[in-house]
Amino acid sequence: MKLLMRFLRASASLKLTIFCLSAALVLVFAGTLAQVKMGLYLVQEAYFQSWIVWWTAPSGNFSIPAFPGGHLIGALLLINLIASLITRHIWSWKKLGIQLIHVGIIIMLAGGLATDLFSVHSFMRIKEGETKNYSEDSVRMELALIDHSDPEAEQVTAIAGERLADGGTIKHEALPFRIEIRGFYRNSGLQMISAQGGAAVPASTMGTGKRLAVKSLPRATRMDERDVMSAVIEIIPEGGQSLGTWLVSDSLAAAQEIEIAGSRWSVQMRPARYYNPYSLELLDFTHETYPGTQIPKNFSSKLNLVDAENNDSRQVLIYMNNPLRHQGATYYQSGFEPDNSGTVLQVVRNPGYQAPYIACVIVSLGLIYQFSIHLIGFARRRKTSTAP
Amino acid sequence: MKRFGPYLVLLVFLLWLASSWRAPRAKPGDFDLASFDRIPVLVGGRIKPLDTVARNSLLILSGKQSLRLEQDGKKIKMPASRWLADVLFNPEVADTYPVFDIANPEMLGMLGLPDSGRRKCSYQELKPHIAKIDEEGKLAGELQATQRTPFQSAAFNLRNSLFLYQRLKSSVHQEGTKDFAKEIKTYADAVAAGVEKLRESNEALDKDRLMLLRGAVARYQAQSEFAYMLMIAPPAGGGEGDWLSTGDALMRVKSVATVPPSVYAFAEMGDAFRAGDTAKFLLVTREYADWLNTEHPEWASRTTFELRFNHIEPFYGSMVLYVAVFLLACFSWLVMPQGLRKTAFLLLLLAFAIHTFGMFARMYIQGRPPVTNLYSSAIFVGWGAVLLGIVLERMFKDGIGSAASGVVGFTTLVIAHHLGSSGDTLEMMQAVLDSNFWLATHVVVITLGYSAMFLAGMLGIVYLLLGLFTPLLTRDTAKALTRMVYGITCFALLFNFVGTVLGGIWADQSWGRFWGWDPKENGALLIVLWSALVLHARWGGYIRERGLMAMSIVGNAITAFSWFGVNMLGVGLHSYGFMDKAFPWLVGFVISQFLFVALSRLPARFWRSFRGAQQRDLNAVGFQSATTQS
Repeated sequence: MKLLMRFLRASASLKLTIFCLSAALVLVFAGTLAQVKMGLYLVQEAYFQSWIVWWTAPSGNFSIPAFPGGHLIGALLLINLIASLITRHIWSWKKLGIQLIHVGIIIMLAGGLATDLFSVHSFMRIKEGETKNYSEDSVRMELALIDHSDPEAEQVTAIAGERLADGGTIKHEALPFRIEIRGFYRNSGLQMISAQGGAAVPASTMGTGKRLAVKSLPRATRMDERDVMSAVIEIIPEGGQSLGTWLVSDSLAAAQEIEIAGSRWSVQMRPARYYNPYSLELLDFTHETYPGTQIPKNFSSKLNLVDAENNDSRQVLIYMNNPLRHQGATYYQSGFEPDNSGTVLQVVRNPGYQAPYIACVIVSLGLIYQFSIHLIGFARRRKTSTAP
Repeated sequence: MKRFGPYLVLLVFLLWLASSWRAPRAKPGDFDLASFDRIPVLVGGRIKPLDTVARNSLLILSGKQSLRLEQDGKKIKMPASRWLADVLFNPEVADTYPVFDIANPEMLGMLGLPDSGRRKCSYQELKPHIAKIDEEGKLAGELQATQRTPFQSAAFNLRNSLFLYQRLKSSVHQEGTKDFAKEIKTYADAVAAGVEKLRESNEALDKDRLMLLRGAVARYQAQSEFAYMLMIAPPAGGGEGDWLSTGDALMRVKSVATVPPSVYAFAEMGDAFRAGDTAKFLLVTREYADWLNTEHPEWASRTTFELRFNHIEPFYGSMVLYVAVFLLACFSWLVMPQGLRKTAFLLLLLAFAIHTFGMFARMYIQGRPPVTNLYSSAIFVGWGAVLLGIVLERMFKDGIGSAASGVVGFTTLVIAHHLGSSGDTLEMMQAVLDSNFWLATHVVVITLGYSAMFLAGMLGIVYLLLGLFTPLLTRDTAKALTRMVYGITCFALLFNFVGTVLGGIWADQSWGRFWGWDPKENGALLIVLWSALVLHARWGGYIRERGLMAMSIVGNAITAFSWFGVNMLGVGLHSYGFMDKAFPWLVGFVISQFLFVALSRLPARFWRSFRGAQQRDLNAVGFQSATTQS
């Protein structure tokens, strides 16, 4: 107990607060400038959602820890705040504001951490008249293997893209074959091999990849670009001969059909999907502009929500700054198909989304309280000092 | 005299302002544009008076709101709307006006002009090079703004300017049209005859009329695709989406009776203008403007108000006043402390009143909260800082609040002036930003936070300069300044924190993420972290008076980075375009702030105010009197 108190006293030090705030300043500043070269997504990973920021030598041979990352600074600050709340600020009316501010910041930091760890962002693209019951991840990919042997229902086995990066052999009880990873490209470009052949090497021995060459590209950094993941996989049925290699890639829109052990399968690299127990049908998408200009005024999607489980079916309208919240997911108007024929909704599942709202109210109350005390005291002092 | 002196000065400035509020009068023999100026048209999604269109267009092309010409050996200043009238109705003459501002030496070289610095070219001079400019500008347009060389930027801008100029010329009718009113009548008659023929016997028109119709329709089609302004107001009851270009309006005509009155009005205006008939021009413009007044009183009253706002130029007036306030407040520390300080304060109130009027006028015209883009943020940052400065001056009565307000008010308005050179500053809001609630809360609160940071930083600089170079910084003054900076930093933390969190909540409401590490968000976070750092360092006793001042000056640099710097990175959701011209200024400002910080680190013996207590007491007459007598 004594030891705990000593630890708390030490972590409540104002010096630690100053250190955390200064480190956060440097990190945020550096992380902002780094976005010019690395782009927002990679910077987030390397600077803000990490424990340590690594510095890689220009030659790329080795990395050394260069600076505390966002998670480390945030965690230190959290400990510092909690410790100081327990040990330093003795409860009193005069310090109520300070207490509130720190409680609020604790909630905000904790909420931020929860969001970083548990929130899931995905997109739902629907064309007018189309119905969808799943959304797609904007970053993560999956290798989908679909068994068509049952005419009633397709059976889908999905392998996370990250697993492919590890290479090696993949086996699964639902699959009557094993998969050998023969090549993996986090970001890639595909090119048609011309009739003359040339120097290009076909990416695979079977399927679409026979006519394509694949090459590795540096990771995408611009806001409007994303990585194109590709892999070359070899399929070997249980106790049988290899069927050859296939190229699967994010930029190949269509699934490739393979005949394996007498039944029909298709394989496809696609954005990771999240299925919902309800579906959305796009009735109408509108894109308004200001008269005589191309400046967008509003985008809105009229949808039919069908939730059989909860007997909840209704028409909903999603537009800018007016999302739909349903069963823990929130749907935002995010974009549209180039010819206005469909809509793109951003789907967010974030269990910690209420934390900033609560924190904001608490901190504001605390700041206003403390500020008012200050101002009143100040005005009183001035009155007494100017009085004769 | 001593009592009334300050009010007398105030009166003089009031009269000076009032004299500039009158609408300019036409010279005898020239066209009277008073009614022409207030005619509403629709450009960029907003209904505005022709005067605004003229000023903004000329600003984009030439960087000025009026045109300087040499006519018959005399230098004259032509108002923007007079230039616009020529562009619309008499393009051959307008083509000879030097309006295209070209400063890039390479560009001047390409145009075969002497490389003797910046100059203004006329359309006629540029005409032989249009193909080349078009090609270079198009190439530059394929690059990101941050990647363009100065020459490419110049080519890109010049191409845009030429495009705008051509579109302006096609707003009423195609170039080279002579007798538009007659043309319309012939065309409408032909259409009516055609309709009649079709109804009677299903037989086509005679060949001549058919050819005329075909030619006219092709012309009107081209005009409507190219027109910059939608000039034809819908009949009473119509909405903003019902405005048409003249070409579009004419293509919908069925007979003479169905030609919209607006088309006729512009045709007659043009014909009178080309004929040099000033009386007829005045009559037609006045009749048309009055007709719109009765058809669309709501639009007309707004455009009339906007025209008055254009004439008053409130921000120019307050800019001049802020300089006077600053000078008077500074002098008050040397001579006549009472009178000058009071005069400065009265003028500060006047400047603030005009500043406020200008801001509210913009809000009324646009129907939006005060901050909608960078330009209006500059106006609002200045406004907030001056408001805080007035409060400080009321409390401390030592001239410091007035002086700091004067500097911040003037500087922010100068910044606003330069930000406004890209055209209409009352632009329509993109769909994401189209939320008056969030614009009024998040944006206003965070911008007030900027104001507080700049005012605190300015007070830090006042402390430094007074202490280092003058004997005026007495213990009392230093204490007062410390209290001011401390209080304002608390205020800044409150507003920046609340504003940043509100921004996060807006983002959560519209994109589903509270925080995305976008540069603008990071900029706001930097300010919050910095003010928290300042306050904690102060509470912990790690910094004292001078440390607090030095940190508040660093706050200036951080706030400037977060306000403008992050927009120049060219990444993220908040980047409103690259401002290459502003970049050196920003760098210069940040460097200057760090130089101030370096100066503030000088040991106490270098500070004139701190050199020996006795000497200080003897020298400290100015301030003592200012603080104790009030």
